[in-house]
Amino acid sequence: MAQITLIEAVTQALAYEMKHDDSVVVLGEDVGVNGGVFRATQGLQEKYGELRVIDTPLDETTIAGLTVGLAVQGMKPVAEAQFEGFIYPMMEQIACHAARMRNRTRGRLTVPAVWRAPWGGGIRAPEHHSEANEHLFTNIPGLRVVLPSSPARAYGLLLAAIRDPDPVIFFEPKRIYRQYKEEVPDDGEALPLDVCFVLRDGTDVTLVTWGAQVKESLEAADELAKQGISAEVIDVATLTPLDFDTIAESVQKTGRCVIVHEAPKTAGFGAEIAARIAEECLYDLLAPVERVTGPDTHIPLFRLEMKYLPSVERIVDAAKRTLAAS
Amino acid sequence: MSIAAKFEIEYLQYLDAEGKEVRKDLPAFAKDLDHMVELYKLMLSTRVFDAKSIALQRTGKLGTYASCLGHEAAHVGIGSAMKPEDVLAVSYREYGAQLYRGVQPREVYMYWGGDERGNDYQKEPARHDFAWSVPIATQCLHAAGSAMAFKIRGEKRVAVCTIGDGGSSKGDFYGAINVAGAQNLPLVAVIVNNQWAISVPRKIQSGAPTLAQKGIAAGLFCIQVDGNDIIAVRKAMEDALERARNGEGGSVIEAVTYRLGDHTTADDARRYRGEQEVKDGWEREPMKRLRNWLVAKKVWDDAKEEAWKAECDEWMDNEVNAYLETKTQPVTAMFDYTFAEVPADLAKQRDYVLSLDQKAH
Repeated sequence: MAQITLIEAVTQALAYEMKHDDSVVVLGEDVGVNGGVFRATQGLQEKYGELRVIDTPLDETTIAGLTVGLAVQGMKPVAEAQFEGFIYPMMEQIACHAARMRNRTRGRLTVPAVWRAPWGGGIRAPEHHSEANEHLFTNIPGLRVVLPSSPARAYGLLLAAIRDPDPVIFFEPKRIYRQYKEEVPDDGEALPLDVCFVLRDGTDVTLVTWGAQVKESLEAADELAKQGISAEVIDVATLTPLDFDTIAESVQKTGRCVIVHEAPKTAGFGAEIAARIAEECLYDLLAPVERVTGPDTHIPLFRLEMKYLPSVERIVDAAKRTLAAS
Repeated sequence: MSIAAKFEIEYLQYLDAEGKEVRKDLPAFAKDLDHMVELYKLMLSTRVFDAKSIALQRTGKLGTYASCLGHEAAHVGIGSAMKPEDVLAVSYREYGAQLYRGVQPREVYMYWGGDERGNDYQKEPARHDFAWSVPIATQCLHAAGSAMAFKIRGEKRVAVCTIGDGGSSKGDFYGAINVAGAQNLPLVAVIVNNQWAISVPRKIQSGAPTLAQKGIAAGLFCIQVDGNDIIAVRKAMEDALERARNGEGGSVIEAVTYRLGDHTTADDARRYRGEQEVKDGWEREPMKRLRNWLVAKKVWDDAKEEAWKAECDEWMDNEVNAYLETKTQPVTAMFDYTFAEVPADLAKQRDYVLSLDQKAH
């Protein structure tokens, strides 16, 4: 079985679903002959034709609105925003229509669509190509926000997102698009949405994270283990609707929690998780909840961007602070 | 000097303000006088419906309502030209088109009366049409996306969107007609130019002499019609729908009309436009000319007018009663349509809100 990267897993999932479901179409800028700027749609137009792999005019608003219309007519569109920094013109269509069509019409019309976007920093890209803006979507009711963190989860969660009867924002951590390979059988098996994945069991501290930071968090757990500290690592994967029970169960066990994300700290999605811990697990805590996040600044251009992103060292430090507190 | 491209915009009118034929080549549907009477009757019932809606709002039985007074020819012209399998994406005042396609007055009242069930149109073909779209021009892209779906599946269906003169300033409108032109989508975009976007007049929206010509930039067929002349609207629609259905391309139709009422019941148009302008608007309104024309053809008279009005009154009273008797949805309704299935986390919030509600009773 072939070993594939995260971006290849995205392509594999799209190809599988296009092969097995005629209503699946892909649309966006450069998704056709060019196969997408990251090659996520490589080879799809050749296989499935221009009617199902659609190069659109260069307008994000158009892509987002077409996606709503296609989905209402019973297609399963997978739209690509070329970068998360260009997703803002799509937000009106996503927030005002995709996420509320079912509610508006009492279920008469629905939008089973996916918006994919390469997400996050760390690839030495130009301005507007490195944002972590998932929290701008997590406050929109009726929308799922999903972030895979490995090739296998990219494959399984994208299949689930396409099959889901409601709209999904699927942010792909581009920093780890090609970071490593793993075996991902092309068996069409979806992973469940709306659940967190416990990637590593531990007893002393819970590291809660998503996207590219899963890798740093796992490395931090390795480092902490060397120092005799047992860290549990949770990949949230679907931010909304949130599976808080898995997080609560872990925090009740460890009594300590470090939330790791690369978006700015204030009102980032870590704030929601910290608030939920305060509401539901306060008396289980042995130490204050820590957040390791980007600062409340714009992500700098690339000479400084690695100083912005959470590092293994910062995660280890935060975990050790929670242990020092109790 | 060489010319790269050259354009012109046709203006189409069959009946002048008094109902005199200004051209003799009446389209086939206009020679079917029974059908023309049916169209007139729907225009009249739309007007009766509109007056009833405003009365409901003024007596506190309806929330804010967007009137369609003066738009009857444009709206009925659009709705009556479409086939059942086509799809309509409106903004929020195109009742004449929607009633034709099976939206019930009680559903309109429910929506403006604060109940989402008003958008759950029960009758076909309205049942597969889009619901009212309040964010300006966004519905144009839903129509374009629908047209794209029809093209992908090889269905001979057309998506129609309607938009105002103000809405034609927005990128969503341009995006929709642009992609329709680039990909030959079966889209008909109708700009119902009623001269006013709340308080902002048409001249502030665009320096272009017509709004129809915006379609030229998109590579679409474009025409401006007298939007108060239902024969002109209907003819332009029929032609546009046929071209789109046959894969010959989309269209932009500008129907020039006049908003005789306020923008909505929350607006007071006296703040920004003069009485004379509105008086002139009434001179050109759409009912009078069609009535005069039908009377001259001896297929309509005062007795028929009164009889039909009485029937409309009865119909609307029935609809109003049905609306007023509708029980408010249970509090859980705000949760139940957020997703196909209520997620566990949301179910906890629903249970809490339900418990508060049960305590209150």
